[in-house]
Amino acid sequence: MTDRNRFTRRGLGRIAAGAALVGAPLPLRFASAQSAPANLKVGLILPMSGAQALIGQMCKHGADIANDVFADLKLPVKLDIVTYDSETKPDVARTQTEKAVEAGCQVLVGAFDSGQTIAVAQVAEQKGVPLVVNIAAAPPITESGYKFIVRNFPTAPMLLTSAFDLQKQIFAVSGVTPKTAVVLCINDTFGSAMLGGIKAMLPKAGMPYEILETITYDAAAKDLSVEVAKAKATKADMLMPICRLNDAKLMVQEMVKQRWEPMSINPGTPGMYEQDFIKSMGKYGEYTISIQPWLDPKSNMTKVLDKHHTAKFPGVQIDIDAGFTFEALLIAANAWLAAKSTKPDALMDALRKTKIDEHVMVGGPIQFDAKGQNVNIKGTVLQNLQRKPKVVLPKESAEATLTFPQPGWGDKRRT
Amino acid sequence: MNDFLLALAQAVAKGLLTGMVYGLMALGLSVIFGVMRVVNFAHGEMMVVGMYLAWAAFDALQVPPMLSLPAIAAVFFGAGYLLQRGLIQPFINRPEHQQFLLLLAVATLIANACLAIAGPDSLTVQLESRFDSYEMGPLVLDTVRVQAAFVALLITALLWLFFTRTRTGKAIRAAADNHMGALVVGLDVRRLYAVTFGIGAACVGAAGALMIMLVPVTPSLAPDYTLLAFVIVIVGGLGSMTGALLGGLLIGVSEAVAGLLGDPALKSMFSFGLLIVVLLLRPQGLLGRKETR
Repeated sequence: MTDRNRFTRRGLGRIAAGAALVGAPLPLRFASAQSAPANLKVGLILPMSGAQALIGQMCKHGADIANDVFADLKLPVKLDIVTYDSETKPDVARTQTEKAVEAGCQVLVGAFDSGQTIAVAQVAEQKGVPLVVNIAAAPPITESGYKFIVRNFPTAPMLLTSAFDLQKQIFAVSGVTPKTAVVLCINDTFGSAMLGGIKAMLPKAGMPYEILETITYDAAAKDLSVEVAKAKATKADMLMPICRLNDAKLMVQEMVKQRWEPMSINPGTPGMYEQDFIKSMGKYGEYTISIQPWLDPKSNMTKVLDKHHTAKFPGVQIDIDAGFTFEALLIAANAWLAAKSTKPDALMDALRKTKIDEHVMVGGPIQFDAKGQNVNIKGTVLQNLQRKPKVVLPKESAEATLTFPQPGWGDKRRT
Repeated sequence: MNDFLLALAQAVAKGLLTGMVYGLMALGLSVIFGVMRVVNFAHGEMMVVGMYLAWAAFDALQVPPMLSLPAIAAVFFGAGYLLQRGLIQPFINRPEHQQFLLLLAVATLIANACLAIAGPDSLTVQLESRFDSYEMGPLVLDTVRVQAAFVALLITALLWLFFTRTRTGKAIRAAADNHMGALVVGLDVRRLYAVTFGIGAACVGAAGALMIMLVPVTPSLAPDYTLLAFVIVIVGGLGSMTGALLGGLLIGVSEAVAGLLGDPALKSMFSFGLLIVVLLLRPQGLLGRKETR
């Protein structure tokens, strides 16, 4: 007679196998419940490492506080934001976007840089997942006939048109008009594109000044003494720097040392409004003028965003990277609320019909044209005052008064 | 003086001042090669470490680079001495490609350590005098650059005195001139080699402390400086102290004047053009001695 109730190792194995079979659906069911969208799942593709890591991290600040700001503004929405690192490389941006789509992201946001954004856009289009571009200025992004893309950032021609218009406003408001200008330009892809745009658009823009000389310098330049000396020798009334952060610091340092005090307007490039520039240049960073899209200091939503940014990132100045990334998420959230669905077509339809009157960046309502481009974004004139970039034009958004031309390096107003 | 001549004089003055710091940097490379016949491919990386140490001293203790320079040079001397005794000495008589690979490995380790510790962002010392300049007639000279050049010149002079007036300096020169002869007369050549490497390292450490006053530091600067040091010593003459200084001045001035006369973005082309001309016309460098086979 066999003892069927005997507990053997073989029996234990059978029990374990049976338990595994019965239990297997449990985690599957759990996973299934998780993937059922309680919240909108957003894949945020940013350069979190590599050459643009610092900017990617600034962009992410806008995402890190987005849900808190929505809650504060009583918006009935919560986003499930997953960040994917593009490593500042378009090919990585592409593979990371594919990962995001495979992970079930229903909307994509990104990717700061035009090259990376184009890579992301191609995947978004191929997979049929809506993409909200936070920052990227290359025109092809919205000129290539993509159906799943909207962009809440000005194109390069929009930036330059705005820069020329605002320069005219500066001259009109101050009553001072330069007759000649010299351009100091970083010799990289971005600098060359900006310079090419300026040269192409200047004749049609009807500007009152003539560009006497364009001086380019190596992107890895360690000092700009010769370049500044050369620019000074032109005796131009105005300097137009096309720069980034490090070279902006070298440039101003040399201008002070060489006692060159031209009028100066940055026509839409980074560097001079950035916190590191303001901090390290001290009084010599004051009164610097940059033309940029910027946060509207008079918008209530900007104030709420700034409050949460200050609380979460004390000592870090909020800037356009965080502002535009937050707005991209706001657009996604708004579309989800309108569509009441996470289906790509429904979301895309809602995105196309977006109309957000109150938002954080200077400009009219967020709306997209047939190509998916927001054409209502406006540039601002920023002037560094009391160690902060402040909007001085357009008048309706101004929080301080324009000082132009800038005071000399030894002027007592610089403290 | 018309505007162009003034700008030219300004560029030459700036080039001479920068060239003195370049010269000090290249001096380290030249001394090591001249004595040991080892080419230090980690030279730029060592320079960048010197810059970081000067930055750290300023950031943590508010000690300006001029004051931290002696301590940095001393640390570099010690580190160079130990590096030579522990790592480089066994490679002295090995084929050149093995020396090259060893020092390339050292360079990679240093560069990655800098990246891991300090990160990729540029760091600079915020000296009070960084915006100041001296007026000499119509010329405006950058205060920090003048100070750095003066100190570089002083260190070069002290080094020259060391090699010509002290027993150890003379012994090092003797070992460089005739290795076998030095062994025969009982000189401790191994120790002299270690001292030489220490001196070369101290030079580059001091040059780093001076360079941080002129240029923000990032780990990615290192290969540029290695290349620059090579260009300078090849132009001046590998192994020649005076040649290193002359090469530094020539490269400094050529970069500055090239930037003025042509497109500043292409000014490095002048340095490399000069290098090619020297290699074609005088392969041993302007003040170098012809190798005999």
